[in-house]
Amino acid sequence: MKLKKLAVLTLAAAMAAGTLVGCASNKKTETTGAEQKTEAAETTTAKAGDTAEAKGQIYYLNFKPEVADIWVELAGKYTEETGVPMKVQTAAAGTYEQTLKSEVAKKEPPTLFQINGPIGYKSWAKYCKDLKDSTIYSHLVDKDMAVKDGDGVYGIPYVVEGYGIIYNDAIMKKYFALDGAKAKSMEEINNFASLKAVAEDMQARKADLGIEGVFASTSFAPGEDWRWQTHLANLPVYYEYKDDNVSDKDVLDFKYADNYKNIFDLYINNSCTDPKMVGAKTVEDSMAEFALGKVAMVQNGNWGWGQVSGVDGNTVKEEDVKFLPIYTGVNGEEKQGLCIGTENFFSINSQAKEEDQQASLDFLEWLFTSNTGKDYVTNKLGFIAPFDTFAANEKPTDPLAKEIDRYMNNKDLYSVSWNFTSFPSQTFKDNFGASLLEYAQGGKDWKAVVDDMKADWANEKAMTK
Amino acid sequence: MQKSMKRYFPIFVLPTLAAFTVAFLYPFIIGIYLSFTEFTTVKDASWVGISNYKKIFMDRNFINALIFTVKFTIVSVVSINTLGFLLAYVLTRGIKGTNLFRTVFFMPNLIGGIVLGYVWQLLLNGILARFGVTLSFSAKYGFWGLVILMNWQLIGYMMIIYIAGLQNVPGEMIEAARIDGATRFQILKQIMIPMVMPSFTICLFLTLTNSFKLFDQNLALTAGGPGRQTSMLALDIYSTFYGRVGWEGVGQAKATVFFLMVAVISLTQLTLTRRKEVEN
Repeated sequence: MKLKKLAVLTLAAAMAAGTLVGCASNKKTETTGAEQKTEAAETTTAKAGDTAEAKGQIYYLNFKPEVADIWVELAGKYTEETGVPMKVQTAAAGTYEQTLKSEVAKKEPPTLFQINGPIGYKSWAKYCKDLKDSTIYSHLVDKDMAVKDGDGVYGIPYVVEGYGIIYNDAIMKKYFALDGAKAKSMEEINNFASLKAVAEDMQARKADLGIEGVFASTSFAPGEDWRWQTHLANLPVYYEYKDDNVSDKDVLDFKYADNYKNIFDLYINNSCTDPKMVGAKTVEDSMAEFALGKVAMVQNGNWGWGQVSGVDGNTVKEEDVKFLPIYTGVNGEEKQGLCIGTENFFSINSQAKEEDQQASLDFLEWLFTSNTGKDYVTNKLGFIAPFDTFAANEKPTDPLAKEIDRYMNNKDLYSVSWNFTSFPSQTFKDNFGASLLEYAQGGKDWKAVVDDMKADWANEKAMTK
Repeated sequence: MQKSMKRYFPIFVLPTLAAFTVAFLYPFIIGIYLSFTEFTTVKDASWVGISNYKKIFMDRNFINALIFTVKFTIVSVVSINTLGFLLAYVLTRGIKGTNLFRTVFFMPNLIGGIVLGYVWQLLLNGILARFGVTLSFSAKYGFWGLVILMNWQLIGYMMIIYIAGLQNVPGEMIEAARIDGATRFQILKQIMIPMVMPSFTICLFLTLTNSFKLFDQNLALTAGGPGRQTSMLALDIYSTFYGRVGWEGVGQAKATVFFLMVAVISLTQLTLTRRKEVEN
């Protein structure tokens, strides 16, 4: 009797337990459109013999969710033009490494994927094909941008991106018109001292300007702190590398820590959000605040344009969206431009089938040299492509991309390169982000933040050797 | 009956066994093997012996996660079972609308962990905002947030199991006790609780293991923040696996150790509570 009851209960429990664990979210967005097309292509070619086999097929694992649909469309277009089956899958934001790890182990692994720089290359070295003889590498304008190891070239950058402080020109003009404004035009803001004076004065007169704060929220929700622990942290690291003339260090002195503190304090103290509340803010929140005209400035890159223009009730006009370099109080920073670089490098899976590797190379060539391909790259994907096949007029037309172009073509200014690709590990970034959050909330003093950051850097570099 | 059961046993057991082998046994064995290797994907493993196990304690994260998990498990097992049993007790007294209450209390259990985590994050942050802080302000907010979430989700489920147990207590027994002059509390303590001991076994097992290996809710509610302070064991394994180049094997080694811990704890609990069960 007891046994039977127990058995019934256990069964019921087991069933219900299924509901408890049955919540694994689907992290990948399947691109059925492309797959259907792929299947269709396969069936048509199957009749004609094994020609499709010889041509190979392409499977691209996409990193950028914001352009996922465009990639699917592009894959369909490519299959239509060449008959080569192509499948695209997109990893959800922040899950690229996870998705890639499981996809690569499958029977039909991605043939084309991306690595995020030298650190990413370290973990995928066994899978990266040497591309030094490829056509696409020969078209790369700046060969130093590629990920290299010895003589080989293993990652080819496909997009140039830039970040800085995005500002709303309409609000700035309103401020400049006020009595006793600390500056009369954007040209006068060319170092940290002038930025600080203007920002603090604007914060004090926010009611007159109709804003809630100068800077958008310093987002620190879980997984939303990359603008600070990666992008902003790039500046002190850049200057330190530059002083020592190196591109990587096992032990970081973090000697520009005070400069980091300058700008970080300015962000959190002149914001629309109380520093104690930043732990719940996301990047999207910050971009929305900017789009709705609640704040005048937000630190982000040109990829953020979509987030600004896509917000409902957006009050920012396209011509008012401009970039300002991130000034931190370093000597000679009047000549500093935006932070320009990339962490998107194409790699070809060296362990995929030979013909699939070739098919992927052919696809890259098509994408960056043919007219259809180039049209997609500049106008739909919105990429500033670093290849010599793109003429001066073949550039994206969104306001932030134009701003990047303006800064890059200004010969008086120097760009800050992206050195965060040499940051030791995700764990390092996460820990630094957590420290910054505690500092913002008032729970940690700055010296501890700096000490922990340096210790962590050395530690993580040693552990991932 | 018995004979034919025996004859068809292999046929009936085969589908489940096959599924179990493919989806559980095989990955499990591969997992143990991988904990002794260094790898990027499961296909390119190279043997490194026990060095992964030595690395487990190189950062303090694992120990911190263990301490946090143990604290969380103790608090939530006690609170979930107490509240679940109380609800079951109340809802077997024949109050009006019993069925409605039972349904309502059971419903949270049907929502997945990730969704629950995000919903509660919004709710709790909304409440904490009145005091000018957020969930990630300090580890104790994250801890109590998780406890509240877990209680809300599991109480109803445990309640159903306790109700099933309570309904099986023979009415004559209680009536006899009442005639003998037993108070309500005495009936509860001397008759009901011993009689529903099998339910306790199951509920304790479920709450213990579910709390100990909690992942989704942890990931969605706090993601370990601030820092790694509210990271439980499963989440720590996950972040070890993805957090550093070349540390995948260490994550796997942590997972093996984790498995051993869960097995030992739950088996101990099962033997202990089984001993208290009585025949009716």
